[in-house]
Amino acid sequence: MNLTLKIWRQANAKAKGEMVTYSISDVSPDMSFLEMMDMHNELLIDRGEDPVAFDHDCREGICGMCSMFINGEAHGPDRLVTTCQLHMRKFKDGDTLTIEPFRANAFPVIKDLAVDRSAFDRIQQAGGFVSVNTSGNTQDANAIPIDKHDADKAFDAATCIGCGACVASCKNASAMLFVSAKVSQYALLPQGKIEATDRVLNMVNQMDEEGFGNCTNTGACEVECPKGISLENIARMNREYLTASLKD
Amino acid sequence: MAKLDSKIPQGSLSEKWTNHKSNINLVSPANKRMIDVIVVGTGLAGASASATLAELGYNVKTFCFQDSPRRAHSIAAQGGINAAKNYQGDGDSTYRLFYDTIKGGDYRSRESNVYRLAEVSTNIIDQCVAQGVPFARDYGGLLDNRSFGGVLVSRTFYAKGQTGQQLLLGAYSAMNRQIGRGKIKMYNRHEMMDLVLIDGKARGIITRNLVSGEIERHSAHAVVIASGGYGNVFFLSTNAMGSNVSATWKIHKRGAYFANPCFTQIHPTCIPVSGEHQSKLTLMSESLRNDGRIWVPKRIEDVKAIREGKLQPTEIAEEDRDYYLERRYPAFGNLVPRDVASRAAKERCDAGFGVNKTGEAVYLDFADAILRYGKEQAHVKGWDESDTVLVKKLGQEVVRAKYGNLFQMYEKIVDQDPYETPMMIYPAVHYTMGGVWVDYNLMTSIPGCYAIGEANFSDHGANRLGASALMQGLADGYFVLPYTIGDYLADDIRTGTISTDSPEFEAAEKEVKQRLEAFINNKGKHSVDYYHRKLGKIMWDKCGMSRNEKDLKEALRDIKALREDFYKNVNVPGVTNEFNEQLAKAGRVADFLELGELFAKDALERTESCGGHFREESQTPEGEALRDDKNFTFVSAWEHKGEPSKAKLHKEVLNYEEIEVKTRSYK
Amino acid sequence: MISSTIARKVAMALSGLFLILFLGQHFTINMTSVFSERIFNLISHFMGNNPLVQFVLQPILIFGVLFHFIMGLVLEYQNSRSRRIKYVSYKGSANASWVSRNMIISGVVILSFLGLHFYDFWVPEINYKYVEFLPEDPDRYFEELVHKFHSPVRVSLYALSFVFLALHLYHGFASSFQSLGFNNKYSRGLKWFTVAFSWVIPAGFIFIAIFHHLNG
Repeated sequence: MNLTLKIWRQANAKAKGEMVTYSISDVSPDMSFLEMMDMHNELLIDRGEDPVAFDHDCREGICGMCSMFINGEAHGPDRLVTTCQLHMRKFKDGDTLTIEPFRANAFPVIKDLAVDRSAFDRIQQAGGFVSVNTSGNTQDANAIPIDKHDADKAFDAATCIGCGACVASCKNASAMLFVSAKVSQYALLPQGKIEATDRVLNMVNQMDEEGFGNCTNTGACEVECPKGISLENIARMNREYLTASLKD
Repeated sequence: MAKLDSKIPQGSLSEKWTNHKSNINLVSPANKRMIDVIVVGTGLAGASASATLAELGYNVKTFCFQDSPRRAHSIAAQGGINAAKNYQGDGDSTYRLFYDTIKGGDYRSRESNVYRLAEVSTNIIDQCVAQGVPFARDYGGLLDNRSFGGVLVSRTFYAKGQTGQQLLLGAYSAMNRQIGRGKIKMYNRHEMMDLVLIDGKARGIITRNLVSGEIERHSAHAVVIASGGYGNVFFLSTNAMGSNVSATWKIHKRGAYFANPCFTQIHPTCIPVSGEHQSKLTLMSESLRNDGRIWVPKRIEDVKAIREGKLQPTEIAEEDRDYYLERRYPAFGNLVPRDVASRAAKERCDAGFGVNKTGEAVYLDFADAILRYGKEQAHVKGWDESDTVLVKKLGQEVVRAKYGNLFQMYEKIVDQDPYETPMMIYPAVHYTMGGVWVDYNLMTSIPGCYAIGEANFSDHGANRLGASALMQGLADGYFVLPYTIGDYLADDIRTGTISTDSPEFEAAEKEVKQRLEAFINNKGKHSVDYYHRKLGKIMWDKCGMSRNEKDLKEALRDIKALREDFYKNVNVPGVTNEFNEQLAKAGRVADFLELGELFAKDALERTESCGGHFREESQTPEGEALRDDKNFTFVSAWEHKGEPSKAKLHKEVLNYEEIEVKTRSYK
Repeated sequence: MISSTIARKVAMALSGLFLILFLGQHFTINMTSVFSERIFNLISHFMGNNPLVQFVLQPILIFGVLFHFIMGLVLEYQNSRSRRIKYVSYKGSANASWVSRNMIISGVVILSFLGLHFYDFWVPEINYKYVEFLPEDPDRYFEELVHKFHSPVRVSLYALSFVFLALHLYHGFASSFQSLGFNNKYSRGLKWFTVAFSWVIPAGFIFIAIFHHLNG
């Protein structure tokens, strides 16, 4: 396959970026998208140019590090996959691919396609945990039975990989799906209920401080989420937040 | 040999850990505030250790090269975590888990460490549930278990196919709580470049900020290395792209012994390489072998026709198929352990029977399972069992319910429908049992430097059982290291903050800077990946699933030559003080190029076959692995002496007091 | 409380639901004009002269409209600033409906219609009652109504703005329940109801306009 690549190039956080057009040939349809980017980087290095910086690690769709906005969509046109799981066979010979970083004020660009998503870490630090110390004599794991449906729902929420596709896809750059997934996981489990009030207030507060936009329920996040996290979680967080606000 | 004191406590096996905990020195809560600990790596071991040390009151500084601690590769573990809870009432016990682990490791691990691992395994589950880890549950609301890897009990706790993710996020949340409290200072996108020793003790590290390129000095009273395994020395493995040996290799070069580097686990069910462009391999859960039958064609003409696309696997008649595992191991069939299944696949492909275009794949076929389940369902529902279309549909539904997510993953990557045509699989490097040598306290041969999780060598011997890696990472981080480290730090309560202005820090920093500058100024011909791929090929061809003296000697020579070529001709673009992925990669590959040589040297030295290490010279007439207990019941601990070829071997003899050493057989 | 994003979206939802309630009430009254001039005049007279309606409900309604509108603009402004560097290629249609992404457009169209509506009904009404203090005629409302629908241009504009109202409701009505945290097994049914409402009510308004245009 021969392709035209339009890639966002930006030397560092302070530099002004721009789209640069490249062409690449002999791309195999069996390649993953990132392998195509590897190949492109090898060519750039051989030509004495600076390779394109992008984040990636596990390359099996679970670490959440890869983050490209391809042809107008987070992680590209395929559904329920991350960029590393997207394969070139989804594209046609002669296609032009526009490749941009995930964009939001809260996700500043570090270089080229790599962005800083530490805002997500700070939101988790504000309350995304159960306050239990390691002691070796916590009560037996089976001492608290949990309704299977709740446990399954908590698991579904907990599968969020923190990639930021929700923020990148949302026209408002809102982080509600990410935050609600964590709030939901704990809200559904008895272990998490004790701190539920503080958790939701603190996490939402931190989310707002980071400069994410407001949720307007467009639903784009749910469609683009590589793990299929449901909008139901946002509703649950709204509910939790309202209850918590009234309590306070 | 004085340095190789494993410090195993006295007393009977089951009492050792309890007694040891009661007798070691402690640091008072007030004094813990004055002590700094550095943790490198945030996988299960690093994250759980950081969180627990901070809870105890130490000042923790934690480092990871990823953009967030949550991305460490523990997140990719699929199957589950073992614990001797005996919730299923099927006769499990601490002793049985201990026994299975020693036997699975082919009698090459330390009894006392493994027993302790089995002992604390139950605490892990309690701790994780308390943290809100959503393990799978049954309809009664209690925790569910599955069986795994050929053991005789169901002791594996799981969260669908994402157990590693859920456990890591649990440990990450515990860390986040401490980061929020200010007890952990988290350094994301920082890579450890070297260990700093002062008066022979580990007192800090030199790091590189991967965003700004800045070289930084960090001091502490103890340094914990939790940087994972070194499977990426093979270039292609199921490890993450960034997984590397550098942290462990740096401490090795500073004096920590490296144990059993050649013990590598090669997982039989991975998606095969699709071409030269391949950057990494994807694992498919071992559970698939419960229902899939592994085969290659019997006739070489059929293989050729398949490769040319003229013949479909489904068109090959039953009598023309070679179900080689069932043929060779009638008792265990497709369920032989990982190392045995991997070697058998390699044997067939080497003989020319590989079924994809590169000749490195075998079939994993679900057609029989689909038929069997379909007939069963038709019978249950009282429908026509001779209606093949109906039976197939029903059978596919059953298989989808069991393995749907794996089948979907396969389809995304390979673009073939595994419900209709057999899957193609091939073994891939997955886990490294070898690692930094540690004593019972998990301290390396450098005082004050610890190694935990996959980074150390301690618990899995020559082969790891399924679902035990997660168990070991969390056991080390939550329940072992936080206690044992106090024994060492108790002597440091009067030391005070360690200055980073000392000549030792100065010298280490200078060395790091020179190394980086040298890469940038080299202006060679070939990219870093060029060398990494070449190294991977040597490793895979000559130190892979089966090894012999000739190949290993060639490997030693080739790796050395490649390393010299690397330093002469590598091309690293950009500058040092910027976000430069190629520069970071160059440092990692440089270390792999040294480790690879030690790996081959260790494999050459160990002339027996055991676990994942198969020496062609040491096999039975039927071609099975032959262990040499008389000469090799020891841990090879290598001391760095300037370069890998000069490394000095120290032997830690393994004494089995509780367990009778036997031969593993799967016939 | 309005300082948090969730509080703001809840406020949007509540004010929106209040306006929907008003819309339903307004529709019911207007619909009577199709069946009976007498009932329509009777209710209109009541609404126009009852002090509770005039001095309590009417200011609340005006406040509701203004609040919903200003808050909508504030949110739109904030949201547009949360991604200062825009994408070169952004395929919004791939994952969200046009309506949900363009509530500001449908909202502004509805607002300009409200301007016209105020100019047509509310300004003369206030003028009639409180500026010029004309004598009260309990039967004038129906004729005024029919009179306004003589012009085909006005009827077309009226119809067009109700199409936009339908679009606005299509996303907004269901969305307000999501904002309030209502998402459970009844959500599907509720969604069905909100979609039906968002088409039927505006269609009804258009029907009334055309009815009077043709019969007036």
